[in-house]
Amino acid sequence: MTAVGEETTPMGYGSMRRKEDARFIRGRGTYIDDVRLPGMLYGAVLRSPYAHARILSVDVSAAEAHPKVRAVITGEMLRRRGLAWMPTLSGDRQAVLATDKVRFQGQEVAFVVADDRYAARDALELIDVEYEPLPVVMDARHALDDDAPLIRDDVDGQASNHIFDWETGDAARTEEVFARADVTIAEDLLYPRVHPAPLETCGAVADFDEISGKLTMWSTSQAPHAHRLMYAMASGIPENKIRVLSPDIGGGFGNKVPIYPGYLCAIVGSMLSGRPVKWVEDRSENLMSTSFARDYHMHGEIAASRDGTIQAVRVHVLADHGAFNGAAQPSKFPAGFFGVFTGSYDLAAAYCHVRGVYTNKAPGGVAYSCSFRITEAVYLVERMVDMLALELGQDPAELRLKNLLRPDQFPYTCATGWVYDSGDYARTLRLAMDQAGYAGLRREQAARRERGELMGIGVSFFTEAVGAGPRNHMDILGLGMADGAELRVHPSGTAVLRISVQTQGQGHETTFAQIVAEELGISPDDVEVVHGDTDQTPFGLGTYGSRSTPVSGAATAVAARRVRDKARIVASAMLEVAPDDLEWEKGRWSVRGDPDQGVTMAEIALAAHSSLELPQGVEGHLDASCVYNPPNLTYPCGAYICVVDVDPGTGKVSVRRFVAVDDCGVRINPMIVEGQIHGGLADGVGMALMEALTFDAEGNCLGGSFMDYLLPTAVECPSWELSETVTPSPHHPIGAKGVGESATVGSPPAVVNAVMDALKPFGVRHADMPLTPAQVWCAIQGRPLRTDLVLP
Amino acid sequence: MEITMTVNGTQYTRDVEPRMLLIHFIRDELELTGSHWGCDTSNCGACVVWLDGTPVKSCTALAAMAGGREVRTVEGLQRGGELDPVQQGFIACHGLQCGFCTSGMMMTARWLLDHTPDPSDAEIREAISGQICRCTGYENIVRSVRWAAEHDGRQAGSGPEAAA
Repeated sequence: MTAVGEETTPMGYGSMRRKEDARFIRGRGTYIDDVRLPGMLYGAVLRSPYAHARILSVDVSAAEAHPKVRAVITGEMLRRRGLAWMPTLSGDRQAVLATDKVRFQGQEVAFVVADDRYAARDALELIDVEYEPLPVVMDARHALDDDAPLIRDDVDGQASNHIFDWETGDAARTEEVFARADVTIAEDLLYPRVHPAPLETCGAVADFDEISGKLTMWSTSQAPHAHRLMYAMASGIPENKIRVLSPDIGGGFGNKVPIYPGYLCAIVGSMLSGRPVKWVEDRSENLMSTSFARDYHMHGEIAASRDGTIQAVRVHVLADHGAFNGAAQPSKFPAGFFGVFTGSYDLAAAYCHVRGVYTNKAPGGVAYSCSFRITEAVYLVERMVDMLALELGQDPAELRLKNLLRPDQFPYTCATGWVYDSGDYARTLRLAMDQAGYAGLRREQAARRERGELMGIGVSFFTEAVGAGPRNHMDILGLGMADGAELRVHPSGTAVLRISVQTQGQGHETTFAQIVAEELGISPDDVEVVHGDTDQTPFGLGTYGSRSTPVSGAATAVAARRVRDKARIVASAMLEVAPDDLEWEKGRWSVRGDPDQGVTMAEIALAAHSSLELPQGVEGHLDASCVYNPPNLTYPCGAYICVVDVDPGTGKVSVRRFVAVDDCGVRINPMIVEGQIHGGLADGVGMALMEALTFDAEGNCLGGSFMDYLLPTAVECPSWELSETVTPSPHHPIGAKGVGESATVGSPPAVVNAVMDALKPFGVRHADMPLTPAQVWCAIQGRPLRTDLVLP
Repeated sequence: MEITMTVNGTQYTRDVEPRMLLIHFIRDELELTGSHWGCDTSNCGACVVWLDGTPVKSCTALAAMAGGREVRTVEGLQRGGELDPVQQGFIACHGLQCGFCTSGMMMTARWLLDHTPDPSDAEIREAISGQICRCTGYENIVRSVRWAAEHDGRQAGSGPEAAA
């Protein structure tokens, strides 16, 4: 990519500078902690030091006596008001402030409202909580043991730590294929608990007006409309009296999809104090209490013929959901979209079973750019394919080429029922191999191995299913996953677009203006994009799961086409010809066969607002809206090749090169697409090599700060080498597929496959992420570590 | 306690608690909210500002430590209505997405270019290695800084001598 000059602003798709950058590079963004209202107070949360303990007493008298404290809220106070529990996105409930027990370290116990942030923190120290520590469940593998402590004794009829069992595919047919297969391989793979860790933590400013009964809620929300409903459900304030405002969001990655207890405490604090209350969590609070991701213990199996035809994949998953089932995903999919673990291959059969359990860890379960657990699915299948290549003595890229779906097979219904829309997988992988110089890399590797050097080449191929989703079978809390867009063209020909989705850095103010520009032939600079305000935007479920372009982008394009159609009628009145006699060239309707006779969008817009007589039944003005219900998900894909060098003395992994070829269909703004891929690749390197929320046997979180929870910096990341193929989605109005999470999904197996490839001389087949120097060194010694728990 | 410091060329005096962090002084007392707080432990660098011409992490410096000294923040990058080449580079090369790390990254980049006008990519990466970006994978930040290096000096007022 070269730098984008100002002069290159396209009248539609193409790389152009982002509209939002002007404020950010001046330090003039408005993030949650920049919101400052008159009379605003500050809140702080007291959290549990124990992972599991009974609360015997909470004494807040000393805190209340602090001269700068305006209110102290406890679980008992909330319980009396019916506010002690809030709904989760998975239909479970979560304690706002603990009443009976604490169930994970860092759980919310009390909330202080004070004049400033320092006083609020001081007052936390004055609260005296008496706990009776209880035995903990930290190891998901023992959560269902007969003698396991019961975590959710608050739920009637809950006799164990079991949450759900879910299965997909055909168990009997899969067993048949496995029984007949020449080669079968089984392996246990852990996808460790990781955290999205957006650089801006979560926070809110709640402003309740007791006269109007209206709540204005500024919050770090990826889904403002869904949050409004959840606040209504949890607080009892009618939905029409709640206005949710998402200001600039400093990264989300799924972390800002759920609502958190602190938000509700800020609301109650504002009700009690009669003043606006700001609450912004610190980094430890963010890492220890808000939505984690993954924590999937997978037993994977793959079956193939001796010549390398992959026949079946089977997987059993133990899913650790923490103390409350707070996973954010469509309700009918308790394991998210893990069902696409069939990957990019033509399988005869597939089956998976997922069992969800409670543990004494923080709640959550779906976050961190995972496309509803496709991250886990792709990791599983791509590791299994590599193990198969190792077993068969075949090259992992060639094995994939042999088994990838062919273009003529699309639309393709996979063994678990997902209908892949389009792709040219082999072309995508071959391009990656060409760009990487794959054959040359293998030769170099052989030469280095002769010298005892550990060089690894890792390949992964992923297919995602994004853009949830068809509302007849995808909903969250009963809300179908359709999103609205409203487009209004002003008399002067400039326009305003109102959308339900919420940028957290994706650049919606630019790309959504480009969609309108492409459809109407006006400049993106003339389209203002309004978002992040539930009073001003149409309903929709927000931004996560790479759904903004597939769903809201489609709504925008359809709304713009409706405007264009209406403009045609207005133009026909202006030109005194029948609408059918007009033809569209970008930005202008003109008389067929007489192109000089035409009117521009600006002229049409003015006429639409004027006294021009319009045909019977045609209203004035120039606007349209659309609620887009996707007919199917979109299926972006990609081929990634990672080259690593491993220091045999220390086990340190260096990522030397990373080639990524993505196919996300039509690209609206290639510069932004590439930027999103870069970010996801760094995420993948981080998860593969550095990141894990680990716990000790007593339930202490060992990843509660950036000193312990390691994220990749510029020196751990290589210079990414990107390329693309373009296979438009056949069912999407503009052929786009969504890309925000592709690289996060596809890159971890490429990195791990590369490291395992480097360790091949030691006979290492698998070691779990993160592949820290210690883990790699132990793997070389033949005894890789367990990375989720530090046991005594 | 009463603290006086010069921020972006303007002298400010405020009566604050001795324990107040520099980042809170800048953000809450002076309402210069371009510098961000991200981690508390000096790991993320969202809070980087210059203290007497050197980048520091203002989440782990006390406001009192800046008493009598000169602070430069992102709000002081722009000169005479003209964006610094670093700011222009971040726009031209898509060096930011959510924008939260951007102020700190740009402050470090400006310092780097003032001392190493033609840095290699490795030097740029090393310079920002104490800072975290969760969006860009760093690629376009490196390109942005290089863009700025190539365009530095083509306009007045970007060097350290121009510091207010």
